[in-house]
Amino acid sequence: MSYEFLQILWFILIAVLWIGFFFLEGFDFGVGMLLPFLGKKDTERRAIINTIGSVWDGNEVWLLTAGGAMFAAFPHWYATMFSGFYLALFLLVIGLILRGISFEYRSKDSNPAWRRRFDRMIAIGSFLPSFLLGTAFANLAQGVPIDENMIYTGNLFTLLNPFGLIGGVTMVSVFLLHGANFLTLKLDGELRDRAREVSKKLYIVAAIAVVLLAVTTYIYTDISTKIGINPGIMPIASVAVLLVTILFINRKMEGWAFISTGIHIILTQIAFFTLMFPRVMISSTNPAYNLTIYNASSSQYTLTVMSIIALIFVPIVLIYQGWTYYMFRKRITAEKQSLVY
Amino acid sequence: MDPVTLSRLQFGLTTVYHFLFVPLTLGLGWFVAYMQTRYYQTRDESWRKMAKFWGKLFLINFAIGVVTGIVQEFQFGMNWSEYSRYVGDIFGAPLAIEALMAFFLESTFLGIWIFGEGRVPEKVHLASIWVVAIASNFSALWILLANGWMQHPVGYVINEVTGRAELVDFFALITNPKGWLFFWHTIAAGLATASFLILGVSAYHLVRKQYLEVFKPSFQMAALVGLIASVLVFLGGHTNGQYMYETQPMKFAAIEAHWETSEPASFSILTIGDLTGKREIWSIRVPRVLSLLACNNFDCEVRGVNDIQEEYEARYGPRDYIPLIVVTYWAFRMMMTLGFLMMALSFFFLLATRKSFENAKWMKWVPWVIALPYIANSSGWILTEMGRQPWIVQGLLTVEAGISPNLTTLDLLISLIGYTVVYGSLGVAMAYLMKKYAIAGPDAALHESVDEEPESGGVGELLPIGAQD
Ligand code: HDD
Ligand code: HEM
Ligand code: HEM
Repeated sequence: MSYEFLQILWFILIAVLWIGFFFLEGFDFGVGMLLPFLGKKDTERRAIINTIGSVWDGNEVWLLTAGGAMFAAFPHWYATMFSGFYLALFLLVIGLILRGISFEYRSKDSNPAWRRRFDRMIAIGSFLPSFLLGTAFANLAQGVPIDENMIYTGNLFTLLNPFGLIGGVTMVSVFLLHGANFLTLKLDGELRDRAREVSKKLYIVAAIAVVLLAVTTYIYTDISTKIGINPGIMPIASVAVLLVTILFINRKMEGWAFISTGIHIILTQIAFFTLMFPRVMISSTNPAYNLTIYNASSSQYTLTVMSIIALIFVPIVLIYQGWTYYMFRKRITAEKQSLVY
Repeated sequence: MDPVTLSRLQFGLTTVYHFLFVPLTLGLGWFVAYMQTRYYQTRDESWRKMAKFWGKLFLINFAIGVVTGIVQEFQFGMNWSEYSRYVGDIFGAPLAIEALMAFFLESTFLGIWIFGEGRVPEKVHLASIWVVAIASNFSALWILLANGWMQHPVGYVINEVTGRAELVDFFALITNPKGWLFFWHTIAAGLATASFLILGVSAYHLVRKQYLEVFKPSFQMAALVGLIASVLVFLGGHTNGQYMYETQPMKFAAIEAHWETSEPASFSILTIGDLTGKREIWSIRVPRVLSLLACNNFDCEVRGVNDIQEEYEARYGPRDYIPLIVVTYWAFRMMMTLGFLMMALSFFFLLATRKSFENAKWMKWVPWVIALPYIANSSGWILTEMGRQPWIVQGLLTVEAGISPNLTTLDLLISLIGYTVVYGSLGVAMAYLMKKYAIAGPDAALHESVDEEPESGGVGELLPIGAQD
């Protein structure tokens, strides 16, 4: 396998890991953010958590693997991005910590104040990473200050520019919608109806955010020079898919509603990675300082070894993770007897 | 404080913290899997209670291991970006493999184990706890191979153009004896940690004469496993020491405060240094034992700190290559002392279990043994990592050269304080739950939630569900 082929392969693999992460953790971030608002009683909150209880950790590992794969395949990308976005990532990690611990600990004490505190931490811990990742990805698309030694020269506030904030808000609202659709799909009874109503409202917010993001992409990124005024099928399809979601929500086709928000997330990410390719980090200081799959990658030998390992293990992971979803496919009701704590 | 010191402090604190929870996960998983298997085979209720009870503690501990691990995964890029560039070609591989092979398994099957009881076939439920136990030990292997490479780099060349290390022999990387020795020593330490926790908690209940059917067999089992594990820890540690003498002589001399080369070399039981920590004032020594530790015979030559310093200056250029000897020396002594103590204690407990031991007078002191492996684990890592200073990759890259150049003192203070506050609160919550469930006993653990009134032995104040609305 040629060196260039491997570099492209690993760009695609890392894209796949991120896409898998956003698709999967997208809905459990959404569920987490909705938790304190949607669940009125303790049993209801437990039912909501149980929709993702058995899978959220597995979903999070997609992020860890994406990080690990970036380290192994494109060390400069990993190094520049992680050190550059230092405080943003710090907050993201704090979010993930609060969330992860809360899922496990909230029911282990029956004091209502204890539970309320952990439920709130689940919501905050789901919001922070969604917002920060949206902001980070918008900034990646737009370009960030990087010098000739591949070192980031901005700070946290460099990231909080208009386009970055639009990216953050969009990701939060899409995840909320994705989460509400997931809940409508997984819950039963009155709680499900409530989730559906919420999903209708969230749809409006998400639709506005997505259209705004699509339009501002023309202002803030080099999409028009790189790809042209007609962005091709992906971005258009991704916006269109999100817009038709409302039909499914209104007709109570919750399976389709969930799939369409999912496809929207996937297509948006594909559009993002197409826009980036072959760059992995765009320097707003000087295009000559861009990190690309060619100057940021590991050696051919490492990429070859890692390819063999990935080709064996990624399918295995997909099979058993898919199998878990299949096993836990039953709807969850908020009746006490049937809840697992 | 400068960014290097702050980064080191942060990495050290977060990693030691992570490793407070790791060993118990590594060891306790096996116990729970075994107990559940016994229940599956015998249908004896007390096995079920055991699996449930220790399983609960396992989960409370596991959760915090997972969330603190995420920090570790990101910290290399966040705080040590130049290091990540330099070694990414090699070091990234085991890390990515760890996530792909171990973390996915661990997290997915733990989900099945927690939520699957009664929903998935019983065999699948049983298999899932075995998968969790195997996968967490597997994750330890990969991370230790990664760490082993930093202590003893193999299978690489330095690329003349980029100045970075590049992998040329993956097989050498995964067969690095350093990593496998770490694995041996660490896995055994994990089993010992779990054994001592079980001993301590069981003793608490035995003294109170409650749940004998659960805690007597638990105690017996843990005494046996604890003995085997602490012997393995000792043998692994001894082998580690010898390999260290070959690969990291400076670290070896530093953990012994062995200043001058000597043949044969004596082992110091106690050394008082002067305030610089760089000279010896007084010591008690056992002749020839250091030679024995280093090369399994009583009269080989063991090189001292000063000689090695000279040699390194000739090889790598002038600077101080001596680690902080006060720390390495005392950490090593602490670990070893505790190691011997643990061997002796578990042997004593094992002998005691042959008679009716639950009434013994010493029983009420046994809960304290829980602390021993925790102190030994932390000391072990502190000496391993601080003994490697000033290198971040032995002989190739120094710690100062590995840091992220763009970080300011303010960035680091924010994150360091942030982690400290969050970790502190997590620790409080976790200690509270651990204690509560450990004391509540198996009946509370049988019920999936403490909301359900257990038949006997309450768990704090129990509020009716929905009372908060
Ligand atoms: C000897 C064992 C060992 C050592 C030295 C480390 N870990 Fe660890 N780690 C584990 C053994 C382990 C484990 C036993 O597998 C854990 C602990 C609790 C758990 O859930 O898995 C874990 C969890 C864990 C997780 C969470 C996985 C998940 O979400 O399921 C991550 C990302 C890391 N670790 C990463 C690291 C990194 C980057 C380390 C290096 C500094 C590190 N660990 C040191
Ligand atoms: C979980 C067990 C571990 C513990 C308790 C531990 C402990 C420590 C401590 C105390 C330090 C600070 C040393 C100093 O600054 O003087 C340190 C540094 C470091 N360790 Fe570890 N370590 C562990 C595992 C690992 C592993 C598995 C890796 C790599 C895969 C690693 C990589 C590093 C790095 C990069 C540094 C920072 C540079 C340095 O200060 O040397 N550590 N660790
Ligand atoms: C009984 C005598 C013991 C000896 C001779 C011994 C020896 C050693 C040595 C030489 C190292 C450093 C390895 C290196 O840096 O290359 C080490 C590290 C370590 N020790 Fe021990 N040890 C003993 C007991 C224990 C005990 C009882 C525990 C915990 C239960 C423990 C836990 C650790 C850990 C976690 C490390 C760091 C990981 C590693 O380097 O393998 N040790 N030990």
